[in-house]
Amino acid sequence: MADGRAFDELWGKSRSRAARAGFQPLAKWLAETPPVELARRQHAAETAFRSLGITFSVYGDEQAAERIIPFDIVPRIFSAAEWERLSAGLEQRVRAINAFVDDVYGARRILADGIVPADIVLANPQYCIPVAGARPPHGVFAHICGIDLIRTGADDFYVLEDNCRTPSGVSYMIENRDAMLRLCPELFDIFPVRPVDSYPELLRETLYSVAPEGVSEPRCVLLTPGHHNSAFYEHSFLADNMGIELVEGRDLEVDDDIVWMKTIDGRVRVDVIYRRVDDAFLDPLVFRADSLLGVNGLMAAYLAGNVTLVNAPGTGIADDKAIYSYMPAIVRYYAGEEAKLPNVETWRCREPKDLRYTLDNLDKLVVKLVDGSGGYGMLVGPTASRKEIEEFRARLKAAPERYIAQPTLALSTVPTQCGDGLAPRHVDFRPFVLTGANGVTIVPGGLTRVALRKGSLVVNSSQGGGTKDSFVLAAAADAGAA
Amino acid sequence: MLSRTASSLYWIGRYIERAEFTTRLVEATIRLAALGGHAHVEQAWLSALSVVRAPPLSVSREGLGARRYLTLSEDNPSSIRSCIVAARDNARAARTALTREVWEAINRAWLMIHARASPGGVQGTLNLVEELKAELRGFEGALARMLRNEGYWFMRLGSMIERGDATARLLDVKYYLLLPEGQEVGGKLDRDQWTTILQIVSAKTAYRHVYREALRPWLVADMLILRRELPRSLAWTAEETVTLLGEFGARSGRQGPADRLARQRLSTLQGLEIGAIFRAGLHEWLHAYIRDNNAIGAAIANQFRFG
Repeated sequence: MADGRAFDELWGKSRSRAARAGFQPLAKWLAETPPVELARRQHAAETAFRSLGITFSVYGDEQAAERIIPFDIVPRIFSAAEWERLSAGLEQRVRAINAFVDDVYGARRILADGIVPADIVLANPQYCIPVAGARPPHGVFAHICGIDLIRTGADDFYVLEDNCRTPSGVSYMIENRDAMLRLCPELFDIFPVRPVDSYPELLRETLYSVAPEGVSEPRCVLLTPGHHNSAFYEHSFLADNMGIELVEGRDLEVDDDIVWMKTIDGRVRVDVIYRRVDDAFLDPLVFRADSLLGVNGLMAAYLAGNVTLVNAPGTGIADDKAIYSYMPAIVRYYAGEEAKLPNVETWRCREPKDLRYTLDNLDKLVVKLVDGSGGYGMLVGPTASRKEIEEFRARLKAAPERYIAQPTLALSTVPTQCGDGLAPRHVDFRPFVLTGANGVTIVPGGLTRVALRKGSLVVNSSQGGGTKDSFVLAAAADAGAA
Repeated sequence: MLSRTASSLYWIGRYIERAEFTTRLVEATIRLAALGGHAHVEQAWLSALSVVRAPPLSVSREGLGARRYLTLSEDNPSSIRSCIVAARDNARAARTALTREVWEAINRAWLMIHARASPGGVQGTLNLVEELKAELRGFEGALARMLRNEGYWFMRLGSMIERGDATARLLDVKYYLLLPEGQEVGGKLDRDQWTTILQIVSAKTAYRHVYREALRPWLVADMLILRRELPRSLAWTAEETVTLLGEFGARSGRQGPADRLARQRLSTLQGLEIGAIFRAGLHEWLHAYIRDNNAIGAAIANQFRFG
């Protein structure tokens, strides 16, 4: 996992001697642009982000109530062929995810057929009992998925996580591109980069396509927890760019199973809610009674079919880390073919054999809580101290069913601005996959997160990660049109 | 538009107007204080504090306590910093109803002041308010380039209600200086005070254009109350309030109590001349005006369902 041994997105395995085929112009650009100039442009981008208020808050860090996510100006690039392969794999996976969720809240065929143990699904805290038996319009549950991918070699992409609840980060895809177009316009002359700015429009079409049956001109809103939420900038950005209202729970009321929003002209009926509020906070009458973010009666309106919730409640069952290890089988079951994008090898600590292996190899593995996120509550064996490992061992033994383990993978690197010049830093990648009444759409791009600390594999923004623009190149034949 | 958004926009308008008024108050007071000795300094700052209804504060030699209270104090909900923080909070909540330019103007002012530890010396304070004024002018410019729709109208309504209140309070605090001719006031100090008042409402030169004569206290009052061509006069804010409410009415086809109250107030003002106000008692008249202005603010909140 050490630097230099990892696959580099620009240099491959050549240790900075020869750029990968097609990427030589980037190497040339990096060689020819003076470091101070790169630093200046990066600074300009960050100043612009701060002035726009593209900030996030870190939980438990009152001092830095508002921080910008560091932006790195060296882009990460996908060739047209790489993207074609990835997007076919993503589409297959997301179709399977929707089929799986539809199944486990409906006929439960996959459980009856013994592909996934029933207890892992039905006794899972993510299994949302109130929606069992309810089918949203067109059977789509996970309208927006952010699939976290990692890469370890030229042809080796893996799915690290399926984010099927309220994945965030898409605004960075668009804002980073905006900054790159302004600050490094020459790169867009060198490379035929496919645009990403159609995302809000595609999302809007997705939302409209899943309106309750019989509604011809649906009214869509985006439900945010409010402006103190860490992703609020993104909520306002998306609402603004889709031309829909950005509402909080207190702006909505449910009357006779119909959702209304309170406006200056009185109340207006709402048909589709793109909610960025977690299931648990959606409706105090059904979920957490202490939620101040939700709307009383919202679930009743949903179950009555009077409003579409995007994503549907209950999709957490599909991105649960305990379910993750079954994803290859789930894809095979619904797609009738092998998964095009493999999983990272995963040991389920609930199973004695896997637990034994994990305990024997803690110093080599990454161990995660099945219900954790954001890089919290995890052990990265190779970089942990002996004391940290022993403390973790005790926690793991006390509740093995709460953990899974994975090998420490050498995530690919990308040259990154680091104080005194460029150095390789590990990255992951989150593309955003939309599913509506008319199928699956993927914007050619996504969020590349980069671990800014040398050797670090943790890319989460809450743990000091940054972002990069992600170029997807047009195929040579249509390069002229891009 | 969401009622909550309308409320945020209205308060953005009020807070930015209040912040801007306070920058001018601080600036003019620093100039006034510079004109005399120590006793003069104290008097100048005490007067500024009374304009913003501050609790009793001891005023030191350079007016540091007063300058801090007006610019940065977190105990003062109307300090420039408190206003800008509140405006930005509302702007974040109503972000989708703002243009990028309007948001950036507010955010830049916030970036400038939110972490500032001290107002500095007199010159430092002057520099601070100068810079803030520039940012707040940026807000006004950004506002002027906005689409004329509800978002714009609510922010402008907020500023008009706030401005009416501020101008009336300013006059009320200084009303004893504005007694009609014949009462024995005058002299250097008072002329400085009148100049200060005009500076606070950005009307020092305008006065010469309108009246073409020396400073007369009742003319200062006439200008600030009845001259509809002065954007910080009560007449102008009253007229603008009617116009803005009319825009809503034209769009929705409906009117409400706020429209009626605002029209009533305007027609009363239009029938007045300054002599009548003085005869009735300027102080009493201004108090009634502030009360009516608050009532119109409350009626607006009710009418648009954010009260």
